[in-house]
Amino acid sequence: MLELILFYTFGAIAVISGILVITRHNVVHSAAFLGATLFAVAGIFLTLHAEFVAGVQVIVYVGGILVLFVFVIMLIAVERSVHERQYNKQWTIALITSAILIVEIAYGLYRGRDSLVLPAVVPPAAAAAGGNSEQVGTALYTSYLLPFEIASILLLVAIVGAVVLSKKRTPAEE
Amino acid sequence: MDFAIDYILIPFIKIFIVFNVVAGVVALLTLAERKVAAWIQVRLGPMRVGPYGILQPLADGIKLMLKEDIVPAGADKWIFTLAPVISLVPAFIVFAVIPFGPADAFTIMGHKVGYVITDLNIGVLYVLSISSVSILGIILGGWASNSKYPLLGALRSAAQMVSYEVALGFSIIGVLILAGSLSLVKIVEAQKAAGYWYVFLQPLGFILFFACGIAETNRAPFDLPEAESELVAGFHTEYSGFRFSIYFIAEYASMIVVSCMAVTLFWGGWLRPFPNVHILDFLDAIPLAPLFWFAAKVVVFIYAYLWFRWTWPRYRYDQLMKVGWQWLLPLAMANVIVTAVLVLLLKG
Repeated sequence: MLELILFYTFGAIAVISGILVITRHNVVHSAAFLGATLFAVAGIFLTLHAEFVAGVQVIVYVGGILVLFVFVIMLIAVERSVHERQYNKQWTIALITSAILIVEIAYGLYRGRDSLVLPAVVPPAAAAAGGNSEQVGTALYTSYLLPFEIASILLLVAIVGAVVLSKKRTPAEE
Repeated sequence: MDFAIDYILIPFIKIFIVFNVVAGVVALLTLAERKVAAWIQVRLGPMRVGPYGILQPLADGIKLMLKEDIVPAGADKWIFTLAPVISLVPAFIVFAVIPFGPADAFTIMGHKVGYVITDLNIGVLYVLSISSVSILGIILGGWASNSKYPLLGALRSAAQMVSYEVALGFSIIGVLILAGSLSLVKIVEAQKAAGYWYVFLQPLGFILFFACGIAETNRAPFDLPEAESELVAGFHTEYSGFRFSIYFIAEYASMIVVSCMAVTLFWGGWLRPFPNVHILDFLDAIPLAPLFWFAAKVVVFIYAYLWFRWTWPRYRYDQLMKVGWQWLLPLAMANVIVTAVLVLLLKG
């Protein structure tokens, strides 16, 4: 019962602040609401007994990505975006297409309703036997070792690419 | 009934005590900072309010609360109000997992009570993730002031804290490998079982941790975000009265957090000196011995903080980045690799 209440509370916070992220005129306000959304998602992870994932969610998304977002936002002129029109003239077409998309998804969900059974949440006693962090670590370094390593190489390539692109060129190179 | 006592009443009492003690220590720290500064510069420091100026924090607090609350014209009012709170809250809720003593110290009427509010199995990760949020308070506060010095301070702060957070995380991993747990209580218990404090196995890890911790709390020699000789007061230039003091309470509370983490991870937490020498067992007989040892160690680190501030010049910005990325981070990574290899070799 308590878990259900917590789930709906966090879910509501996540959805409402998610909507506010895209409707606020001021980008910094959007960023603040994005922080609220990310925290609410971390809360949902906690109700699922995924403490490690919740901690990583906050440290990576709020402490890392959101800080970088705000850092970039501060370097651009926010005042102009506040006065600009937020929606352009194609909103009727956009409304129709998104309505069609919602109907499609709803129909798809309705057709597959029998297979829509969520797996039961692992009871805390079973999770505590090995500990959530240990379980994530074991899974990452045994069953998912190859995808894990590929993801790290991908990130390394991205870093090298960013360094190459932002490096100052000497006159001889140009 | 038992559920209500174990999960609501006892934690509530503990939170009440910890919150008030931390707030009190923060007030004393403002006095300690001025006293230590004065002694280092061969002065007396505050002497007028109470004996040896002991009531100075009270006078400061009343003064700050009575001051006019100024919000600059053109400031973003919502963010301006919210930013100090974003800084303050993480600094305080981190204390929820700091073990001031054993987790099940004594039993009162069948209920186990320990010196820690809650022992999370992701304790270290919780501390890192929550304290990474307080950066946002500084950045948003600097931006919302709509003024150039705060903005420059906020930009510096964002770059500095993101850089040093990486090295901070890596410097802890050595301890995590040795202890095999993310829970702060289990890390101290592992040191008790091993018979020595981890600082003797991880001296480099400790130095890196404390250096990065000082940078994360924006203290000298890493206090570029509020460098008063170049940026007036950095990110809190436009803040006055009680809002300004909220930023300061947050800064002092995070200093206590970093000191507590250093003590817990590297200096044996609540353990007495030489925990493996049984002749010294009588040292544990003092009432509240764990609290005494923990507090004594924390005081040493807080003093070091104040001492550094008044004896070291501030880094220049390029030096700051160079130290962070070219020295601290590679050293922290090397420390992780060497520790991992040695643990594998010696255990296997």
